[in-house]
Amino acid sequence: MSKDIHIRRGSNLNLEGEANKILVDIPVSKTFALNPDDFFNITPKLIVKEGDSVKKGSPLFFSKHNPRIHFVSPVSGEVTAIVRGAKRKILQVVVTSDGLNEAVTHEVPNVESLDAEAIKEIILKSGSWPFIKQRPYNTVAQPEDSPKSIFISTYATAPLDVDFNFLLKNNKDDFKRGISILNKLTTGDVNITVEKSFRGFFDSIDDAKIIGVSGPHPSGNVGVQIHNIDPINYGEKVWVVNPEDVVNIGLLFSTGQFSAQRTLAVVGSSVEKPQYYKATIGAALQPYLEASAVSPEEEIRVINGDVLSGSISSEEGYVGFYNNVVSVIPEGNHFRMFGWLPFVDNHVPSISRTSFSWLFGSKKSKVTTNLNGEERALVVTGEMEKVFPMNIFPMQLIKACMVEDIERMEALGIYEVVPEDFGLIDYASTSKIEAQDIIKKGIELMIKEVG
Amino acid sequence: MSFLRNKIDQIKKPFAKGEKWEKFAPAVNAFDTFLFVPNHTTHKGAHIRDAVDLKRTMVTVIIALLPALIYGIYNTGYQYFIQTGEAFTFLDAFIHGSWKIVPMIIVSYVVGLTIEFIFAIYRGHEVNEGYLVTGLLIPMIMPVDIPLWMVGISTAFAVLIAKEAFGGTGMNILNPALTARAFAFFAYPTYMSGNKVWVSEASNVDAISGETILGSLAAGNDVSYSMFEMFQGSIPGSIAETSTLWIAVGALILIYTGVGSWRIIVGGILGAAVMGFLFNLWGANALMSFSWMNHLVVGGFAFGIVFMATDPVSAAQTNKGKWIYGVLVGIFCILIRVFNPAYPEGVMLAILLMNVFAPTIDHYVVEANISKRKKRWTLTQLKTA
Repeated sequence: MSKDIHIRRGSNLNLEGEANKILVDIPVSKTFALNPDDFFNITPKLIVKEGDSVKKGSPLFFSKHNPRIHFVSPVSGEVTAIVRGAKRKILQVVVTSDGLNEAVTHEVPNVESLDAEAIKEIILKSGSWPFIKQRPYNTVAQPEDSPKSIFISTYATAPLDVDFNFLLKNNKDDFKRGISILNKLTTGDVNITVEKSFRGFFDSIDDAKIIGVSGPHPSGNVGVQIHNIDPINYGEKVWVVNPEDVVNIGLLFSTGQFSAQRTLAVVGSSVEKPQYYKATIGAALQPYLEASAVSPEEEIRVINGDVLSGSISSEEGYVGFYNNVVSVIPEGNHFRMFGWLPFVDNHVPSISRTSFSWLFGSKKSKVTTNLNGEERALVVTGEMEKVFPMNIFPMQLIKACMVEDIERMEALGIYEVVPEDFGLIDYASTSKIEAQDIIKKGIELMIKEVG
Repeated sequence: MSFLRNKIDQIKKPFAKGEKWEKFAPAVNAFDTFLFVPNHTTHKGAHIRDAVDLKRTMVTVIIALLPALIYGIYNTGYQYFIQTGEAFTFLDAFIHGSWKIVPMIIVSYVVGLTIEFIFAIYRGHEVNEGYLVTGLLIPMIMPVDIPLWMVGISTAFAVLIAKEAFGGTGMNILNPALTARAFAFFAYPTYMSGNKVWVSEASNVDAISGETILGSLAAGNDVSYSMFEMFQGSIPGSIAETSTLWIAVGALILIYTGVGSWRIIVGGILGAAVMGFLFNLWGANALMSFSWMNHLVVGGFAFGIVFMATDPVSAAQTNKGKWIYGVLVGIFCILIRVFNPAYPEGVMLAILLMNVFAPTIDHYVVEANISKRKKRWTLTQLKTA
């Protein structure tokens, strides 16, 4: 038993449209796409061209900085489009399924006999390596590193996030197999963080440290957990894996094939039937949105991920590589007369006491994408600290990133944060500061200058 | 509502990007966003945002200021009538006060906002709402009979030198409203101190003595007011500083909404109380033996610690720093009061002094965090080496 942690600072946003615990299986879509932007700081080098036929598990592109890291097709079929944007940047590699589901099969010897290098080789070759991410920076892990420890957070606290106990219920054995494989990759511990009050089946896992976590969002963010359990020091690497990707790695070693399983929760106030789906990485979102009955009358925003840190997609978009949640909320492009007066328009949720919305604590609120104001100079102090449960000064770190002072960013703890930890700061900021964007640019600068 | 909206959109057309009057857009937007929360949506970062914004925050401060302002207006008339001995009603007093104070508020807003608008257009950013509070604070801390042109010049000095010269809202070192008062204090001392300025018409009507409590204490005279009068504020002084009662109501609004830092307010009261108590023990002169409890309710201390010291831009920004800052403001306020009879009102100088030191306080708080992190790094390196 290891020591449980309790996070005090933060805030749970109680939003409309939480997913019902129903797992629905609908016919898979025809088109699939991989979006290189899902992988932070990866420059893709294409292997395929339009018209090539691929199997499930055939590489589509690899990382320019580390050619060992492959990104593979989640389905068998034909590469039908390579969508490029400004400066010929690759936006999407689209594969149209042939329905045959042929897969590249790798030979997997008995796991017990393999050492770390052999296991890494299998994961790399199969295209499953991008499932493993590293802290600092939240980039795809470097196979040459040996991490201090590996963290898996099964406690999801972001607004409308999934319930991993429900999500993993059919894959308990694969999850356990995945954990024992990850154990071989580190000399330290494999840590699984669980909801303190409901530990589920995780307590039956022997070869990992099970740590209970309680408290409001962002206590479910793996970065916040690492900071409060075993903070990252200069030069150290910690690897993190999403729970379902542990299953995918487990499945790889039982079937020898790349597994792209992605249980998807379509949530938000703009869908009538928020529920879970058996989906695949890169699948077109359209069928899932349709099955969830997206309300037709309003203009909506489709988000790959949660409403605080997800990325903008569209009804024609595809399931992202890492997210289990697709949030659908109304766009807020309308005016509110005198809406800036304190204590009026209390239907707009606020964690500030300049509104009475906290009185309706138990009522689920409907949110839009309205900025609820305009960007202003940084005036109010202390509000960031209230939703940032780390022993780091968030405003000072943001300012260091803005002036690109690398030494100061390092001293103030840039290695311990990733943009998603600043999601609530974005949300709560009086001056409408784009904290996640500033931190992201800061991290890009760190990678460029320090590596 | 949609009619009004369409009308505004029509008016705004020539100010849009690429149009003829694009440069003046901030000025028009300031009026538009005053009527409507704009239809801007999120483009990056979090997709949803809190209802709070700077306008809402600043208006909350104004709401917190209103009780003290209304009492201040009434007290202006009350002091005048009580000393001339005329019979009066509440309404008489209120009208007399409004006649004096409303023009000051108008001058302060017109001068300050004009400069703010010019700088917003010149710098190409939106007009920040901070001046809504500063513009109300400036008249509230002036003596009632100060000529309007002095209010105007002090305001212009404060906005230009204390704020815009440092880069505008959010960048200033000194609290702009206090800078305006300090400017007036040193530029026009005869209008800002002495025993003829604190009650309406004191310099014209002989029957009126406009001495403040701290002024008479410094001069070695006795105080004729009870503690209750000092607390409720029926005493001479700057317009809105006298009523600790109504300032406390404002303080509760600020603390409840989280807009003002309770750490600074509580720290300041603690610092002043302890310092006053220590001087009570010493008791070498009238100001020293003036009870520490009375120190908290007379003069500008209450107003300063609640509405001036809590200005988030010029105060310390870290939570620990706010405690230190607050306590030091309280200590210095009493120290200046007692040791320097030429400046019986210490809170203005104490806050301006601590404004200057606030970044230093923060520096050491942040450095402590940094050195803790660096120590952790070297410890792990030792372990692995």
